[in-house]
This record gives sequence, C-alpha cells and structure tokens, in this order.
Amino acid sequence: MLRPRIIPCLLVKNGGLVKTVRFCQPKYVGDPINAVRIFNEKGVDELIVADIDATAHGIEPNYKVIANLAAECRMPLCYAGGVRSAEQVERIVSFGVEKVAMSSAAIERPELIAEAAKRVGNQSIVVVMDVKKTGLLRRYDLFTHNGNRPTGCNPVEFAKKAEALGAGEILVNSIDHDGVMKGYDLDLIDQVYNSVSIPISVVGGAGSLVDIENLIKRYGIIGAVAGSFFVFKGKYRAVLINYPDAEQKERMSAEVRNQSTEDRDKRAGKRG
Amino acid sequence: MIVLVNYGLGNIRAFENIYKRLNIPVCVANNAAELMGAEKIILPGVGAFDGAMSMLQASGMRECLDDLVLNKMRPVLGICVGMQIMARRSDEGDMPGLGWIQANVQRLTDKYAFNKNLILPHMGWNDVYPANKTNLFKNIETPCFYFLHSYYFAPDDDENVLAKTDYNGDFASAVQAGHIFGVQFHPEKSHKWGMQLLKNFSEL
Repeated sequence: MLRPRIIPCLLVKNGGLVKTVRFCQPKYVGDPINAVRIFNEKGVDELIVADIDATAHGIEPNYKVIANLAAECRMPLCYAGGVRSAEQVERIVSFGVEKVAMSSAAIERPELIAEAAKRVGNQSIVVVMDVKKTGLLRRYDLFTHNGNRPTGCNPVEFAKKAEALGAGEILVNSIDHDGVMKGYDLDLIDQVYNSVSIPISVVGGAGSLVDIENLIKRYGIIGAVAGSFFVFKGKYRAVLINYPDAEQKERMSAEVRNQSTEDRDKRAGKRG
Repeated sequence: MIVLVNYGLGNIRAFENIYKRLNIPVCVANNAAELMGAEKIILPGVGAFDGAMSMLQASGMRECLDDLVLNKMRPVLGICVGMQIMARRSDEGDMPGLGWIQANVQRLTDKYAFNKNLILPHMGWNDVYPANKTNLFKNIETPCFYFLHSYYFAPDDDENVLAKTDYNGDFASAVQAGHIFGVQFHPEKSHKWGMQLLKNFSEL
C-alpha cells in the first residue's frame, strides 16, 4: 500500500537553517546538516530543503551545500531555490537529489518545466506554487520572490498547465498560513487537488499531528509538508526537532488505500 | 570490492555513506580503467531512460560494463533507471537499453486498462513483496521502500520477477536474471530497509 508522505521542509539562508512566519522574520534555528542527521534517525519520509536567498537575490544555487545535503540524506531529498534552467536541474539531479523544485522561473517561463522534464524525467520536477489571497475579493494569486511579487496567475490554472508541461508534482504553499500553525488551507488545497492527476504536496499551517492527520483523512495519498511544526515546540517556540514515530505514522495513514483519479473524484463528491 | 558506477547520474555519495556506516569497503569508478577490477557492481540512477543511456555511453564505461556482466558474470545491482536500462528498450525513450534482461520498460498506466487515471509518478513509500527464494531481501521485516517513477520494468519471463509491489495492480519492483539484479525503488534513500538490502547485496 502506498502511504501518504509526511515531509519536513527546511529553509536555508546564508548556509544556516531558518524558520519564517508568513515568509518573514527569518530566525536562525541551526545547521542544516545536523538537522538532516536527526531526520535520518527519525526515519522521515522525504525532506525538502529550500534556499530562500537564491531566488530573491537571483543567485546560483549553492551546489556544494546541495551535494553535501544529498549525500547525508538517507531519505529522498527535494531541493528548491534559485533554479532557473534545465542545465541547473540536471546538475542538481546529478548530485543524487531526487527532486528539484521550481517556482518563479517556471511561472515566468512555463516551458522551463518541459525542458527540465525532458532532461531528468517528469518524476523529478516539482512545481512550487506560493499562494496568497489578494484584493477585495480575496482571490488566490500566485506569488514569486518569497511572496513579494504578485503574478496575477490563478493557482488552479497554473497547476493544470504545469501538469500538461510535464511536472511530476505540485507543491502548494499557503503564504497566509506559513508559520502560523493553525492548520492547512483546505479551501486552497481542495481547488488544486481536484484539478490535476499528479501527486500533490501541501505546506503552510501545520501546527499539530492532528492537522496532518486531518489532511491525510481528507485527501488520502498526499504529501503533508511542515516547517515550523517539525522544528519548533512549545509556546516559547524553542528549537526542538520533532517528527511522528513509525507507529504514529501508521496510525495516521491507516485509512488510506491506493487511489486513482476516480477515487479522488469520489472523495471530492463525498466532500461536496 | 563493490564498485559504484559513476556515470553522472544518481546518489553515488549516498551509497558511499551507507556502506561506510556498514563498514563495507566500496570504490567509485569514473572511467573504464577504474571499473575493470570490479567484483560487484552497483549501477545507480535518477532520471530519464535516454538521459541515463547517453550518460553511460559518454562515460566510456559501457563496453567494460558489458564485459564484466555478460562475460565475467560479476553480480550487478541496478537502481531505478539504472535497473530500467538493463532492459531492451523503454517507452520513455528512443535509445536501445543494455539488453541484459529480456524485458521492456513500460508506462504504469499501460499495465491495466482500468489504470488510465492512475496518479503518476508513483511517488512515496510502498510495500515490497519478495519471492521466498531470494537472499537480496533477507532479514528485512515488512519491506517498505521509497519509489519515484512512472515506468516499470516488465520482464518477458515471470521467472525474473524477484519482488512485486501493488500500485493499483502488481508490478515487478525487483528483478533477477542469474547474477543480474535490479530494483525499481531507491534503497539508498530507504532508511533501515535500504541499508539492509545493500548489506545483503554485498553478501551475495
């Protein structure tokens, strides 16, 4: 039985691990390699490492850091940050990174998705959508550059386009829910989830195992990503890395079975 | 010694780290001269079929690999696309494969008619059901490995299927033809299960 994936997301800035709230207030929380070692011991399903400097400052990904992280990970790794060309994607994959995520560059020039997928295969191409509600009507809009630039793109339309161009996974990131730890943006996830038939992961808002469990119950096979929840604990938000153990994970995903799009439709029907 | 074939694709250093933890010596071959003395071979892979074949050709190790595997009968373990290129061909690409095992690589949606709407890629942790006879899976309780692929290895002969996995229907998640082994999942990224499998390969 295929299982839902519970995925910590680590943010890197100036080579250090940070955590943000609504994409702001980066706070240093430690060394990324140490965090990877702890997550190895915890047996995490996957790991996402996002370099939040690379895109914002238009700099090349730090290949040395990526190669070191890939070698240390005993779980699959997805890298995000500053990826703008198929050559970069190919280079990052060659270090043994399973998945490369693209956001700004793919929104500005969607053909990049197809070019990169042709080089390394669809399975390794993740398209990240940073989404925030905007305007008087509070419509969902795609943002780039760490949530600073609105694009006017609708996330559902863009998800469909990304799938058609060869993306292997969509990562939906709710800026409004980032670091708030009050649950995922289910309304947003519903819209994207029901519009594509490639795997989806979601991030932004997980504050407890119950939030993750509810997400899994609602969608079945999904990637439940969390940053704050896996690195902060307690009301003082002290640094402590926590992750559900094997038993907790089994319990959380007990109801889930293999899914086809039909199952998804059924689920959607049940929800509606 | 186990030799990791470094043709520019795959987690060479992840394999090195795991074998280091296991205290099992390995070395990395970047060219034919370094590959020549291999007693056992690991052929890793992440990516697409044609990409992997062209990188292997360009590495200059193709002939040496063929010789080691087909003439000298050295045990080999192909991982993910490193397994898929052991087939004759793939629906994912135009280039011929290595042809070490009589098999084609096909898209998972083409396996069963009712699978047309299957969510692909098959991504995440899934159970692996080995055939009883195999040592590759010994001492692995409830084997569970990480998968990331849209294509699967379909051997002509069911005898070559070493383990199966269910993703809206069974497919061969591990294959064997004599001393030639292949796994669709990523043991180098599958925690304790993967470590044990890599240990088992070293002891075959």
